[in-house]
Amino acid sequence: MSVKLPMFEKTAPENVQNSQLRRNLGKVTGAIRVKRARVVDEMPDWEALRDAGYALKTKVLRNLDTYLLELETSVTRVGGKVHWAQSAQEANQIVTDLVKSHGATEVIKVKSMTTEETRLNDALAASGIKAIETDLAELIIKLANEESSHILVPAIHKNRSEIRELFIRTLGEPDLTDEPANLAGAARRYLRKKFLTVPVGISGANFAVAETGTIAVVESEGNGRMCTTLPKVLITMMGIEKIIPTWQDFEVFMQTLPRSSTAERMNPYNSFWTGVHEGDGPQEFHLVLVDNGRTEVLKDEIGRQTLNCIRCSACLNVCPVYERTGGHAYHSVYPGPIGAILTPQLIGIENASSLPYASSLCGACYEVCPVKINIPEVLVHLRGRAIKYKKDHGTLKDKLSPEHLGMQAVAKVFANQSRYESAQKLARMGQGVLAKEGYISSLPGYLSGWTAMRDLKTLPQESFRDWWRKREGQK
Amino acid sequence: MSKESMLAAIRIALKDVPETETPKDTVVPRAYLTRLETSLEERLELFTERIEDYKVVVHRIKENEISANIEACLQARAAKTIVIPTDFPDTWLAQGFSFVQDENLSHQQLDESDGVITGCEVAVAQTGSIALAAGKYQGRRAISLLPDYHLCLVFASQVVDLVPEAFEKLEPSVKNRKPITFISGPSATSDIELNRVEGVHGPRTLEVLLIV
Amino acid sequence: MKVSLFLSCYHDTLFPEALKSTVKVLERLGHTIDVPMQQTCCGQMHFNTGYQTECMPLLDNMLAAFKEAEVVVSPSASCVGMMREYYPYLAEQHGTHAQAEAVAALNAKTFELSDFLVNKLGVEDVGAYYPHRVTFHPTCHSTRMLKIGDAPLKLLRNVKGIDLVELGAKEECCGFGGTFSLKNADTSMAMLSSKIKNIMNTGAEICTAADTSCLMHIGGGLHRLRTGIKTLHLAEILASTEEHAHVS
Repeated sequence: MSVKLPMFEKTAPENVQNSQLRRNLGKVTGAIRVKRARVVDEMPDWEALRDAGYALKTKVLRNLDTYLLELETSVTRVGGKVHWAQSAQEANQIVTDLVKSHGATEVIKVKSMTTEETRLNDALAASGIKAIETDLAELIIKLANEESSHILVPAIHKNRSEIRELFIRTLGEPDLTDEPANLAGAARRYLRKKFLTVPVGISGANFAVAETGTIAVVESEGNGRMCTTLPKVLITMMGIEKIIPTWQDFEVFMQTLPRSSTAERMNPYNSFWTGVHEGDGPQEFHLVLVDNGRTEVLKDEIGRQTLNCIRCSACLNVCPVYERTGGHAYHSVYPGPIGAILTPQLIGIENASSLPYASSLCGACYEVCPVKINIPEVLVHLRGRAIKYKKDHGTLKDKLSPEHLGMQAVAKVFANQSRYESAQKLARMGQGVLAKEGYISSLPGYLSGWTAMRDLKTLPQESFRDWWRKREGQK
Repeated sequence: MSKESMLAAIRIALKDVPETETPKDTVVPRAYLTRLETSLEERLELFTERIEDYKVVVHRIKENEISANIEACLQARAAKTIVIPTDFPDTWLAQGFSFVQDENLSHQQLDESDGVITGCEVAVAQTGSIALAAGKYQGRRAISLLPDYHLCLVFASQVVDLVPEAFEKLEPSVKNRKPITFISGPSATSDIELNRVEGVHGPRTLEVLLIV
Repeated sequence: MKVSLFLSCYHDTLFPEALKSTVKVLERLGHTIDVPMQQTCCGQMHFNTGYQTECMPLLDNMLAAFKEAEVVVSPSASCVGMMREYYPYLAEQHGTHAQAEAVAALNAKTFELSDFLVNKLGVEDVGAYYPHRVTFHPTCHSTRMLKIGDAPLKLLRNVKGIDLVELGAKEECCGFGGTFSLKNADTSMAMLSSKIKNIMNTGAEICTAADTSCLMHIGGGLHRLRTGIKTLHLAEILASTEEHAHVS
């Protein structure tokens, strides 16, 4: 499998220097932050909604087995069929078999992070089935043969003129302008025929109600309504954490999700279906419940809150790191702050140990999270797991790295007053060769990252504690 | 097979949760607003303001003006073939158009029509949303999706202040296994530079007759 | 009140002036200062880099150093944040029940300087004089973790002679983030360049904050670019008076 393992610090620098990317992202994230703040500030009960969302998700996660069984019973009662998949491969196989059993060679898809995570499209292609992505941004990504860089808006790194150029080249629309409405019109023409003829639709789920078996898809363009209404067969793939207990609980999430994601009071379309509806929509419905690492996340009492995530992407939009590196630097289906905590837990800390460090721990993400995931806390918790892994299973090279040796040595010094005070004196003496007019402009090795771009004030001749001792002595 | 092993894995993962714990043990604080003290006029004003934010044209009319307003709206668009749900009252229809009842029309037929007229189940002032639930005058989901123009009748009594009230009103429909669609403006996308642009796959024009 | 000073290792070693100023301000207000010499480092750098077990001896040392203290005050918001937010985590993950209790007791009496002055003592005017154009950067740990709100601004607004100017996009992180500034130096610098641009736009001579670590980062960039703008800890401005004006 040619999955690139996340190595954030190696790939971020080149993205940071990509001026087109920086401009596109800076403009877009700046605008969405202002808009989000506006629609959140008009809600006097916003904090109460966040508290309720957090509690509802906690309730579900602490009783996940109970709720999954309830959901299965409900979905079955309303005419759907439930499938259980422990791994991505298993989930993809179930979907592929279902599509094949209907003799379909094409499927229409609503944008779904879970199917991105399992790489369903590749699995379908291997069986000769073409998956047609119907979300505009997802379509742009597929036409450009690129990877997504945002949970909600996969093509966020592309501006309108880049999209125009792409559509002219790939959709045979020579007369397009770069007006967004014009570009959206091209997508409408391209996909309409597919919506009317393809017999199988595939979706993810924003929520699934245990009590009623209702599935919800939240979207803007109407492609979600098309895919969940027009085909004869509908297959929904969802992560096992997407459950909410009751129908009434939508009153919380249908307020927090739209305002947090696209910064709207309500997004244009929300579809709620409850199994098979006679004479209306697909007459066959399958729900595939996917684990694919989620029970590993559940196992970690601190990391568990990551599964509260409703994929709104507010944390990406406020993140100062994401704004500067873009999503591709993360090499992860889920980029940004949520990706930095979710991916290492899903694929194993040893495969993504750079991601928890892709943050300055500024906490802006936690502040906006509509389900109150304490992302900074999970980040430092995962850094702890990364170092523990390095200590237990790391190579000799890992263990001999300057940071690793340095941290352990300094910890010993700091644990004891007299060692600490001796080290203060040594450092003062040692800096002599590096200092020039009160500043150090070049440090060696591990510390060179600092002085590559910043000066460092030299150590003063007297520490505070020396000054204090002297002062107390003179009294 | 997978079902049993997934459930077993979940139970192992939750070993810190006491075995006797049930969903009831997690208390959900619900301090958010579920009701507002507003007059009908305030509610309708807010609904109008919020739905107009989505570039929806709202006509405030009386019940005996429905037919005349339908005629004016369709004429303004030069719409000819209009889909209506099977239970749509004849008395509301105007002369000079081809109204097609949805007697199981094909997707192709729906696609070729110029527009659709429906009622709704509930509307929300706070967010400028309309919800369809396959109830009275609403028809099945496809009819309000494929035509490029959607004219929706909203009665003043159907408008609630807040989102929680709407979900409460929709609960009987869900329990009766009705599909539900929330519509907040015409189809739109935020996929190009995160700007909301109206008009993608669903109806590109939504117009509302608010009947007071 | 007898105030025990929580030095923080980098103030003690690199930036003693912020501590001396803290002493001056508190003594001017009539408090007695005590400096427990046993204290070294709170462990923030280790903790934020993932070296959690290494933090435990440091945590024990801090608990012992301040066991008898009546109230603990520090000019470092991020070190107080470490104690407040993550000592309970460390005690829970790697420690004992007794350590958790001691941590809770320590946290109940520990304050960041401006929080202590404004919210605990109710003092907003400390009699300072500082006739310079100053902009204030609300650091992430002081606002989002400690939630000290506008306590530093209340103090600054009462400084005589000060020309306080609002910083654009002030709540955005400066890009320091401890070892983040080494591991992801380019990204850190990209964040700093925005902060510097905003600071320069204010026309201020001085950028101040309740955290020296961020100021070390911002000041390092300002100096490298030869902007002529200096950084100064909030305590140093508050310590400056008409009789003993701060000379930078």
